[in-house]
Amino acid sequence: MLLAPAITDLEQLKNHPAVARLVGWNAEAITGVKFDRDEMTIYIDRAYIREACVLLKDDPACPFNFLSDVTCVDWYPAEPRFEVVYHLLSIPNKERIRLKVRLNSASPAVESLTSVWPGANYFEREVFDLFGVRFTGHPYLRRILMPEDWEGHPLRKDYPVEGYR
Amino acid sequence: MAHLNPTPVLEPGQDRTMILNMGPQHPSTHGVLRVLLEIDGETVVRMMPDIGFLHTGIEKTCEAKFYQQVVPLTDRIDYLCPMTNNLCYVLAVEKLLGLEIPPKAQWLRVLLNELTRINSHLVWLGTHAMDIGALTVFLYCFREREEILKIFEMVSGQRMMTSYFRVGGIALEPPLGFFDRVRDFAGYFPERIDQYENLLTGNPIWTMRTKGVARMTAEDAIALGATGPTLRGSGVDFDLRRDMPYSSYEKFQFKVPVSQEGDVFARYMCRVQELRESTEIVRQALDGMPEGPIKADAPGIVLPDREKMKTQMESLIYHFKIITEGFAVPAGEVYQAVESPRGEMGYYIVSDGTAKPYRVHMRSACFANLQSLPKMCEGRLLADVVAAIGSIDIVLGEIDR
Repeated sequence: MLLAPAITDLEQLKNHPAVARLVGWNAEAITGVKFDRDEMTIYIDRAYIREACVLLKDDPACPFNFLSDVTCVDWYPAEPRFEVVYHLLSIPNKERIRLKVRLNSASPAVESLTSVWPGANYFEREVFDLFGVRFTGHPYLRRILMPEDWEGHPLRKDYPVEGYR
Repeated sequence: MAHLNPTPVLEPGQDRTMILNMGPQHPSTHGVLRVLLEIDGETVVRMMPDIGFLHTGIEKTCEAKFYQQVVPLTDRIDYLCPMTNNLCYVLAVEKLLGLEIPPKAQWLRVLLNELTRINSHLVWLGTHAMDIGALTVFLYCFREREEILKIFEMVSGQRMMTSYFRVGGIALEPPLGFFDRVRDFAGYFPERIDQYENLLTGNPIWTMRTKGVARMTAEDAIALGATGPTLRGSGVDFDLRRDMPYSSYEKFQFKVPVSQEGDVFARYMCRVQELRESTEIVRQALDGMPEGPIKADAPGIVLPDREKMKTQMESLIYHFKIITEGFAVPAGEVYQAVESPRGEMGYYIVSDGTAKPYRVHMRSACFANLQSLPKMCEGRLLADVVAAIGSIDIVLGEIDR
């Protein structure tokens, strides 16, 4: 089976319900789209991520009512360095969508989703713990997996696999 | 990190409350879960789980391994359902590669996954019942679990850390007598489930300890990211095997048990009925097992047969190259989720086109389910905390990774 090339043109993808809804709301919020391996990715400007999630969650036709996962990818040394990745699931429509926010290394901070889904709490703490990305408005942003007095953020690419000696 | 306190502290709210520390060595916390409880007499006012004691940095380790070397790491995340983790990982890599898997391998994967689910639910049932005080059930459950572990040993050479699935198929053809042994097991197992239910379902002590305890509504369950029996126990009819099928699950007929009450008993009923449904899927997989190869035809990705290596030069070269250099995976990213015994197990893999994954993230079902624990316990009795922890079926290896 050959892989189809990824579609990154917004014009071709604007009929996707989630894209259509976001474009209709605020075209500035979308900084890019990608359709690859049957998975839809929408890049959101970091100022709008919480509002975009509220919008997608309350969509009457296709409510993305479940937050599956929040994680992060470090593209060190490239800038913008961090990509915070959100996986949303629509339980009634059985569909998934991926939202991404790009953050530069100078101020890796993005608005917390805990007010939309309380379940974002642990996931965001994990991203903060392992990547050092801050979530503004999070009720309890502390390390969750590493010890409280740990130095550094282990999943960053400039952190050695064997740790600092 | 000057802005952080040295340890998580729960300040007592009023003079009449006290802080109680539970775990990480408490026998009913199923491993190394630590829970901080603010209690007013016997009533839990606030609760805070504290995790991370088993964190081994598996996600970081994956970034330093070839794709095929990650498979044994995935067993160790959730040591009660190794095959589910194997499956989720290999499905994600196969999706990245665009590989087509032969039907026999897919059906064998389904068969082994359902046996894994039975295995995991048996450990849960035994330990959960033991936490609440029904000690006998544990012995019965482990009797049947032993047989499943022997089946795993037969097929993979390992009782728990099976690492049996490979990118592109499965490792070996199952040995002679394997299917008969599984059929035997599927034959007598429903009767054994009746035995467990005789001990528990109608038992007045069991129902008093579980009915109406640790309730959670469907809205709360969705908002808190709960999946699996924790979600279905609250009345949300969602199962990835049926609703977003993978690995030929769409070819199997099975019911998805749902309970409406949202209490410990509802989650118990969901899992016990899942035991029956899983046995049914195992039987269907045995009856309809297709013939054919167990590995995809993808030289350079799938290891060649041992016999061919002795006679064909190309096979020997491919074998050498896969072992020493791995195989390159086209750049991209995928999120693959499967229904593990505990809920949605998801792998998010980012490839940069090399032979090592750029990023592997495991979406752990327990990690999200654990967040619903305070919701279940706050305002209820201290003794119910133990029942609630058992009812969400946590495995700390999966939470801490």
